[in-house]
Amino acid sequence: MGIDKIKSMKREDFKDNEYIDKLVEELNATGANVLVGKFDELINWGISNSLWPLCFGTSCCAIEFMSLGAARYDMARFGFEVARNSPRQADYIMVQGTIVHRMAPVLRRLYEQLAEPRYVIACGGCAVSGGPFKNSYCVVPGVEKILPVDVFIPGCPPRPEAMFYGLMQLQRKIKVQKFFGGVNRKEKIEEFFNEHPEERGEIG
Amino acid sequence: MSDIKDIIGKICPEATFEEGECLQVNVPEKSWYPLARQLKENRDLDFDVLSAVVGVDWKETIGVMYYLTSTSHNWNVISVKVEAENRDDAYIHSVSDLWKVANFQEREVYDMFGIKFINHPDMRRFFLRNDWVGHPLRKDYDANPEINPIRMDEETNEDDTRTYIEDENGKIVEKPGKVFDEEEYVVNIGPQHPSTHGVMRFRASIDGETVKKVDVVSGYIHRGIEKLTEGLTYPQILHFTDRMDYMSAHQNRHCLCMCIEKALGIEVPRRAEVIRVMMDELMRISSHLLSFGCTAMDLGATTAFFYGFREREMVLDIFEKTCGARMSMNYNVIGGVIADLHPDFQKDVKHLIEIMPERLKEYHTVFSNNLIAKNRLKNVGLLKKEDAINYAITGPSGRGSNWSCDCRKKHPYSIYSELDFDEVLLDGCDSYSRYMVRMKEIEQSCRILAQLVDNIPEGDIRAQVPKIIKLPAGRWYQQVEASRGTFGVYIESTGEKNPYRVHFQSPCFNLVGVMDLTCSGYMIADLITIGAALDFVIPDIDR
Amino acid sequence: MFDFGKWTSAFNSFLLGTGMPEWLGIVIECVIIGVLVLLVYTVLALFYILYERKLCAWFQCRLGPMRVGKWGLLQVFADMFKILVKELICLKGTDRFLFKLAPYLVITSSVVMLACLPWGNGLQIIDWNIGIFFVLAVSSVGVLGILLAGWSSNNKYTLIGAMRSGAQMISYEISLGLSIITICVFAGTMDISALVSEQNSMWFIFRGHVPAIIAFIIYVIAATAETNRGPFDLPEAEHELTAGYHTEYSGIHFGFFYLAEYLNLFIVSGIASLMFLGGWMPLHIPGWDGFNMVMDYIPSPVWFLAKAFFISYVIIWFKWTFPRVRIDQMLAFEWKYLMPFSLANLLLMTLCVAFGWHF
Repeated sequence: MGIDKIKSMKREDFKDNEYIDKLVEELNATGANVLVGKFDELINWGISNSLWPLCFGTSCCAIEFMSLGAARYDMARFGFEVARNSPRQADYIMVQGTIVHRMAPVLRRLYEQLAEPRYVIACGGCAVSGGPFKNSYCVVPGVEKILPVDVFIPGCPPRPEAMFYGLMQLQRKIKVQKFFGGVNRKEKIEEFFNEHPEERGEIG
Repeated sequence: MSDIKDIIGKICPEATFEEGECLQVNVPEKSWYPLARQLKENRDLDFDVLSAVVGVDWKETIGVMYYLTSTSHNWNVISVKVEAENRDDAYIHSVSDLWKVANFQEREVYDMFGIKFINHPDMRRFFLRNDWVGHPLRKDYDANPEINPIRMDEETNEDDTRTYIEDENGKIVEKPGKVFDEEEYVVNIGPQHPSTHGVMRFRASIDGETVKKVDVVSGYIHRGIEKLTEGLTYPQILHFTDRMDYMSAHQNRHCLCMCIEKALGIEVPRRAEVIRVMMDELMRISSHLLSFGCTAMDLGATTAFFYGFREREMVLDIFEKTCGARMSMNYNVIGGVIADLHPDFQKDVKHLIEIMPERLKEYHTVFSNNLIAKNRLKNVGLLKKEDAINYAITGPSGRGSNWSCDCRKKHPYSIYSELDFDEVLLDGCDSYSRYMVRMKEIEQSCRILAQLVDNIPEGDIRAQVPKIIKLPAGRWYQQVEASRGTFGVYIESTGEKNPYRVHFQSPCFNLVGVMDLTCSGYMIADLITIGAALDFVIPDIDR
Repeated sequence: MFDFGKWTSAFNSFLLGTGMPEWLGIVIECVIIGVLVLLVYTVLALFYILYERKLCAWFQCRLGPMRVGKWGLLQVFADMFKILVKELICLKGTDRFLFKLAPYLVITSSVVMLACLPWGNGLQIIDWNIGIFFVLAVSSVGVLGILLAGWSSNNKYTLIGAMRSGAQMISYEISLGLSIITICVFAGTMDISALVSEQNSMWFIFRGHVPAIIAFIIYVIAATAETNRGPFDLPEAEHELTAGYHTEYSGIHFGFFYLAEYLNLFIVSGIASLMFLGGWMPLHIPGWDGFNMVMDYIPSPVWFLAKAFFISYVIIWFKWTFPRVRIDQMLAFEWKYLMPFSLANLLLMTLCVAFGWHF
């Protein structure tokens, strides 16, 4: 599969990611029609190399995200620079910063507004788990509670390099999904709803 | 000081006085409003700036601490303690008609403590959802997550306001009001919007492209830091300051450390003081560079943004080498700083000072002197000096309205009194002046750095502090000049190892208060540039 | 100069020579040309997206796309595949028919304009005596698409974006038209192929000297505004209106707006090169026959594309350097300065032509 095709990131560097290895195994086990498989690969190559972020920064991580776009780190090299302000045109939402009770429905709404295929990255301690504000009365302890998250990037705030690593993990994950009836995306969402059955009606 | 006591004693005979770090006046609620009017309008008192409004729950009673500053009398500070009569149904007279800054401050107190302000024009919640149950900063608040779960239903727009007025019998009645009329065309800007610099939400009523009124809806990043501090020890609360205004991390933390050191009577070693001041100024440069970039980007000049970030990376490199992080440095600690300087520090700082003038020239060529930029920023968002004082707009935004309000000059702290630098003042009162003050402050910060970089004394970087830090009972208020204005920390201690009440008086909170005043009558596009030139950081507002 | 017309007429006589009826031959030719136009359209749009991304990166001391393919050459193809498989969202409360129609209107108008351009000697699809007038007329249909998109989305941002767009395009079309008329007065024709052959001796910008240069500057400013590019990118002012009139569009519908935006950039550059820089005509200097011969060896499509890319470069340069203007400033600039100026320039050109003060 396309996992080895991410340039300048060797296979060995990813070895710590058991989750994706599991997905690859699953993919190899079920197998796919040659034509559909090739088509899948082409589309996944397209999606993974053209991840347009939705500008969504709530606090410090957003400033590091700006650094990611600036000349030193330049996420344009990967084709990630077309930051869209309208969720309809973005591919993934990178939650940069704390999500509080008042923001939670807004974030959910933004997620629903994203056009499929859509991905979620929880960036920074606050988005991963609530971070230093976990015990507060109005902080959501991790966006996982309200959205299906694809990649977690720890750090407070994560360095731009860490954000790149997270984005590459997302690329890698996309490359093992099946666009036509796949192993990865739909099941992840399904799994999320099995855990949170009360929210099934809300996400269309 | 005794003069003030005499005058206040004459106006309000019931007032009692306590001497602390500043004069504290205890006033019963009934006589608070007449006294407030005298404090503001009496020429001998002339307390024209309301620096902070701190709600406190003293268990038996509940009330508000007001910190007032007089610009004409040597920046004299007094505090006024007002207690409500009934703890469970608390009312205090509003002073928002005297000091406009109190408008949002009192809404915050209402939100957190449930104290209702009589005659306040708009008594809505400020930070929390309008269906929130309880007032979190009260000591009897029930933090059970069952009562306030994560509500995933959309919040309704609260267009109905309330005003509490006293009728002729002295009974308090509720008078309903409206934020926007039915037929007004209201455009919602935020909370997820590229130019609100975070998750601020403005509801703007527009006529064509002209903004008529702006309603600020805050709290989309309210993390309840003040409540969290009450359960932590003093060294543990330090890290919150880095995460409020992340572009003034060093200054904010410096302020909190100074406040604790003041209470404990700790003398900070000279080397640590110098390092702190240098870090503060580097932080200011980094913050103003970001502000330059964002202003340019909000105006559509994307390239200038990248130029600003290019130099900002150099500052971040200096931080990274010494503090170990690019942002959220956690560098100041009680009694000094946590780590010694990196061997490259002096070399890097000298390099930065050397290239900065040339780069500033480049910024002016690319952006500041551009005709379109000038047309967009000049005569936009006018904020007169009186308004700046009344709304307590400090920092570069206040100085852009020609108000000399630099805390480093007015209440010199640390080693600022020994340093030679100018307070940048411009009298344009518009967005362009605010922007230019920032650019000129970069030069002044470089000047301060140049004076210090070769004069860092040898010695300890940290004073000896007790293992368990317990502040004596009392209350302290400390101010510093952060990147965006005067940052204040209020600590009330009962002698325990964790604070009884901590309040952070953030400059951005006041900045967002003038959005309605500065934007009305301008266009939607100007709303963005006014916001950019005021340069608020949302996590600092919401805390 | 090689005449591509030889190829096309040879192909035509080949088709008719096989004994098929004339109408069938025309249908086959139309289909082939249609496919070619769409192909060129796509390739050019993709090229332009990469061109702008690379250029803006270099203006901003960055590298731009690097990882996907050599120097990021495959980046745009990745984007294309992505956009093709994105979900198409149609909202409740929108006018569905108009909502779906709008992107097609925008893209149709730019395809038609593309077909009018003089690609090379003998390479022209639509060529009639009111050619440039037709181009101006068709360009207005695009505005309609934008207005419809803003209106049908049922969103306040898109509506404001569309209104701005309408006001802007209608205003700047006047200056654009006037500067083109200035050249038409000079050339005495509106026929696109005649306009090009008129510039055989020298390009209009040199032949018409002062008034032509003024017209060129006015044209470039007005064209920047017509294509909604910075500093006149108010209809989609990202920092005010999230994404302007196409906020609610996703997937390929958004892709159409995106492609049309870049293609319009090419088209206005193409028209500029036609009107001022000789279209496909090589650089000729009267008297320097040897030089002119050498210039003729460079194929005509290369000349045309190079000129168009150069003007696009200038317009892209504007966008990434200047801040955005405000709506009232923009309209005041057009009605108070640009339009009176272009009227005066038209008068000047008429005088020049009447008295023969030109080369």
